[in-house]
Amino acid sequence: MATTLQNSITTNVHREAASIIQIENVGHSYGRRAALNGVSFDVRPGEIFGLLGPNGSGKTTLFRILSTLMLPGSGRALIAGFDAASQPDEVRRRIGVVFQAQSIDIKLTAAENLWHQGHLYGLRGPLLQERIAEMLQRVGLSDRAKEKVQTFSGGMQRRVELAKGLMHRPSVLLLDEPTTGLDPGARRDLWLYLQELRNQERVSIIITTHLMEEAERCDRLAILSSGQIVALGTPAELRSEIGGDVILLEAEQPESLASRIEQRFQTKAQVLDNRIRMERRDGHKFVTDLAEAFPGEIQSLSISKPTLEDVFIRRTGHRFWTEQEQQEEQK
Amino acid sequence: MAQAAVTPASAALPRVNPLLPAFTLWWREIVRFYRQPARVVGVIISPLLFWVVIGAGFGTSLQLQSTGQGNYLNYFFPGALIMIVLFTSIFTMMSVIEDRNQGFLLSVMVAPVHRSGIVLGKVLGGTTLSAIQGLLFLIFAPVIGIHIGLEQLLLVVLIVFLVAFSLTALGFAIAWRMESTQGFHAIINLFLIPLWLLSGALFPISGASRWIKWLMEINPLTYGLDALQLVLFPETHPPTTLALLPSIAVLTAFTAVVFFAGFLIVNRRSTLPAA
Repeated sequence: MATTLQNSITTNVHREAASIIQIENVGHSYGRRAALNGVSFDVRPGEIFGLLGPNGSGKTTLFRILSTLMLPGSGRALIAGFDAASQPDEVRRRIGVVFQAQSIDIKLTAAENLWHQGHLYGLRGPLLQERIAEMLQRVGLSDRAKEKVQTFSGGMQRRVELAKGLMHRPSVLLLDEPTTGLDPGARRDLWLYLQELRNQERVSIIITTHLMEEAERCDRLAILSSGQIVALGTPAELRSEIGGDVILLEAEQPESLASRIEQRFQTKAQVLDNRIRMERRDGHKFVTDLAEAFPGEIQSLSISKPTLEDVFIRRTGHRFWTEQEQQEEQK
Repeated sequence: MAQAAVTPASAALPRVNPLLPAFTLWWREIVRFYRQPARVVGVIISPLLFWVVIGAGFGTSLQLQSTGQGNYLNYFFPGALIMIVLFTSIFTMMSVIEDRNQGFLLSVMVAPVHRSGIVLGKVLGGTTLSAIQGLLFLIFAPVIGIHIGLEQLLLVVLIVFLVAFSLTALGFAIAWRMESTQGFHAIINLFLIPLWLLSGALFPISGASRWIKWLMEINPLTYGLDALQLVLFPETHPPTTLALLPSIAVLTAFTAVVFFAGFLIVNRRSTLPAA
């Protein structure tokens, strides 16, 4: 125990100084199917870190390892310097976890759910009562404290879930696809809470998502594909690597047109889902050139600033949703 | 080199006393029980129904010499009590499967709770419910002429508690890895009935054939039933395998073994998803 502790302190100092979570070369497989392959990244205190990836990319596996529910096949995950595999209790004391699936007891009231949760973390007596009131107020449910959770809307249940995860004031909050099944309003509210938490209490937040617009709101993010990190950085950094605009073009015979465009303009033109996709600087000028060069062949044409999906396509060579659908077919 | 911002030493958080989580899980079990009126009604009505229908039916059509009590209804009384406790104990642990499917178990598993606290809380919850149901059955004792003194009552409570606790722990250990309540039913039915039949609840061990006798002797439930017979019928009880105190000792040892097995099952962490 003492040696392990010593080791982790040393590792901490030698690595990037201010990281609260260190994922080191984590690999995992279920039987023969590899779910994670050599994943490494750091999370800094007080940042919202996103794990973006299609279903089956390894997000949930990583989440299970971080939340101490599962041992990693190889590598290690450190939270506040503690190894999630060998010091699970130290890690558990410091993390709040919000699962994708519901974990609240709908037969109990909101306050009762928090009461039980507090006990699991050693809170009791007046301190516990105080904390319950504080958490309910924070998520705007003070007036519904004594009502059974089964009468709540989906958004309200999620808020109880969040309050539950925050009862013991964790320094790290882990959220697995927390906005699943929420309407846009409830989704926006949840994000406001998360940002408030980061700004006011410097809680470090790891959030998994398969939604681009959510990933955009993270301070930094890692994009996962087939168990590997394909991109890591702030959303702006990732988008800027595209270096220009993204042009999408529909045509009768996309393959032949793509190769002719490549010959003529010395640019890369990729066919994805029957559309030709190109990345160009000064896209608006290029679009005019294209239209003049191939009159009558272009059915539609769009030009846009790069999105995170464009980053994904650039790094993996295929579309985000295609991978997801393939994964679902395999199941 | 900069100092690490977060070192393990900086955050000495208090340890969680495992009794607090155990208490909270136990209480949740009780609350969930009394919020479902159907279950409450079942607990009170089923012993009554059971006693009247089966006991009376058997009592008039069967007269066993070897029970040593002449009246079969008397012999059957402790057996019926054990049966009520047996079924209720094991089936309360279906809540483990529900907790897993409803996600509640996940949030317990990521809490810094010693795993023995989780087992203790869940098992005590089930034990409380089944022991209460078993003890309610004692109300019928005077009807068949059994008069229970205070000392007897305390012994009966102890025996019923031990039987209920060990069987609930057994149900817990079986339910932990189960994904569906149907699967749980299938497994439980495989040995629930034999366990009961071979405890001496229906027929006394003295009249059994050699290999049945042997099976009855390794059945821990036999000693629970023996103990009950000895306490309820100090004068006229049928022949038992062991005396009262050794019987209670065997029961206690069995309880400890099953509880520890449950703890080991919950405490195991692997590279497969837990809960």
